[in-house]
Amino acid sequence: MLELALKGSKSYWTWVVALLGVIGVGFLLYLGQLQIGLGITGMSRDVSWGFYIANFTYLVGVAAGGVMVVLPYYLHDYKAYGKVTILGEFLAIAALIMCLLFIIVDLGQPMRGLNVLLYPTTNSVLFYDALVLNGYLLINLVVGWNVLEAERNGVHYQKWLKPIIYLSIPFAVSIHTVTAFLYSGLPGRGFWLTAILAPRFLSSAFAAGPALLVLLCLFIRKTTKFDPGKEQIQSLGLTVAYAICINVFFFLCEIFVAFYSQIPEHMDHIKYLFVGLHGHNALVPFMWTSMGLMVIGIILTVNPITRKNETTLAVACALIIAGTWIDKGLGMISGGFVPNPLHEVNEYAPTLPEIGITVGVYAIGALVLTILYKMAVSVKEEVHG
Amino acid sequence: MKSSRRRFMKLAGIAALGLGAQPAIKAIAPAAGNGPQTQFSQGPNVLTARQWAMVIDTRRFKTTEDLEPMIEACHKLHNVPHFEEKNHEIKWIWETHFHNAFPDSANRFISEEAEHRPYLVLCNHCQNPPCVRACPTKATFKRDSDGVVMMDMHRCIGCRFCMAACPYGSRSFNFVEPLKGLVEKEINLKYPRRMKGVVEKCTFCVERLAEGQMPACVEASGGAIVFGDLEDPESEVRQVLRENFTIRRKQSLGTEPCVYYIV
Ligand code: SF4
Ligand code: SF4
Repeated sequence: MLELALKGSKSYWTWVVALLGVIGVGFLLYLGQLQIGLGITGMSRDVSWGFYIANFTYLVGVAAGGVMVVLPYYLHDYKAYGKVTILGEFLAIAALIMCLLFIIVDLGQPMRGLNVLLYPTTNSVLFYDALVLNGYLLINLVVGWNVLEAERNGVHYQKWLKPIIYLSIPFAVSIHTVTAFLYSGLPGRGFWLTAILAPRFLSSAFAAGPALLVLLCLFIRKTTKFDPGKEQIQSLGLTVAYAICINVFFFLCEIFVAFYSQIPEHMDHIKYLFVGLHGHNALVPFMWTSMGLMVIGIILTVNPITRKNETTLAVACALIIAGTWIDKGLGMISGGFVPNPLHEVNEYAPTLPEIGITVGVYAIGALVLTILYKMAVSVKEEVHG
Repeated sequence: MKSSRRRFMKLAGIAALGLGAQPAIKAIAPAAGNGPQTQFSQGPNVLTARQWAMVIDTRRFKTTEDLEPMIEACHKLHNVPHFEEKNHEIKWIWETHFHNAFPDSANRFISEEAEHRPYLVLCNHCQNPPCVRACPTKATFKRDSDGVVMMDMHRCIGCRFCMAACPYGSRSFNFVEPLKGLVEKEINLKYPRRMKGVVEKCTFCVERLAEGQMPACVEASGGAIVFGDLEDPESEVRQVLRENFTIRRKQSLGTEPCVYYIV
């Protein structure tokens, strides 16, 4: 099927070459990081995880969000999604590849990465995270590829795939749950030490993933002969509406517990993010922007008039993607490290090379997604066109 | 990269020679494949305990200058690099204020004298260490024989999960080549340098314990820091704990720190 990705229009190839260029720059910067060390980033002994891990966390959510089309189709027999499940699965593959790359670029000694498997340590959440992420990647590769090939050949997919498809559903939930457990099981980090962290991660994932799918569907309809379908896009929009509402609700629960109990350890991080702490307030404008974006997103997706209009729906989805990205990508990780365990405030901001490497990883994801979607859409055009 | 490794091998070699027949230094060199089971070569006078612990009599330290000898002894001995760039900072033992060391016990009104004293902080070698729980490679582990929380710098992948897990900020990461933060002439050839990209922290001077010496900070403290076996009722540590009221950092987290403070 890969040959389908080799036939494309001029703009397709321009896009691929542009991505390769960005990847090249990112790769050079990464070589620099290998040479000099993680010192080229803005991280420190106080904020010891930064942009890489934050984007990793966000993309685990995007990957998990793909299940929002798989589940209704296979479990509830919601036929309309038959056309788009492959888009969800392929999005998950691209997101997971980015996740794994973000982990690798974040390691101080990447050549030793396999130590996680050579010395399996069952008390470490990271061990389980490596297992479920790779497992989910494998499942999506096997399922996505075989189902698409069957569709191309005009036959039903193989029987043995069914249990694997069912397995993908708990796996999708597990990747984001285990990723949340990386943070929420650490004593002394008041911001993360909350049972609602995993549910919060999942709700923002189920908003961001489908929101991205809506945009991708609209884009595919516009640029190819394959139409993912009006009903499908509307159903995704409804999923986004529910998930973003729940996400904000969970966040408010968090605020209530922290500020009604008035336990400083739990309040201080939230204060730092939203009003600043001891005069440090680098993230304050971002966090309020994020909240604003999510609230506008709620208004636009919950209101049936704006949801049914595909233009406003697209705007809403873009806002929700931006809002959840700021929330998780900027606030969630560095917010947990500030103030530090000694109650000192040392802020973090990513450096330019760090951002360059991050963009490079996103470009690899975009390239993988482009190739996979090109294949999927070509098959759909062949079959339905 | 290559040359730094060769350099390291050379230093390790010199170090091994320097220590003669019982090279305790091997303890820190590659421990192939067996993390917590690692055997450490010990000298004839090796000091042993079931759980090493430390009591710091903070009343004996009035000023920053009083703490300097201990910090310096440790950092010199262990080739802890010094960087001007704050983000790259590495420290094993350092000075802080009461409300930073004990954020949950800092009353608004406390004895002025106690408030203005400097406090030494370092890894607590917790009995229930969250850093060890978090590490995905057993590169940091609690040594069964004496409870020291150790680092295998040759296994560490630099994921920094342990840094997120430690509620005391005890761990540092080598963001850049550590040699850049060391003065060539002052490098202690008996202790290995690290490579960039790994985590490090206080080790309760295992290399000295193996040779029958007290940790460097204890030795430099002029008796203000007592070190011994927490599980031995006859030990000096236990005697000091019996006779003085002590506190520990963030005791409510259940990590069971083994560094006690007389305030
Ligand atoms: S103080 Fe921190 S680094 Fe040391 S043992 Fe306790 S948790 Fe681990
Ligand atoms: S940085 Fe090294 S010691 Fe710390 S958790 Fe990762 S592998 Fe373990």
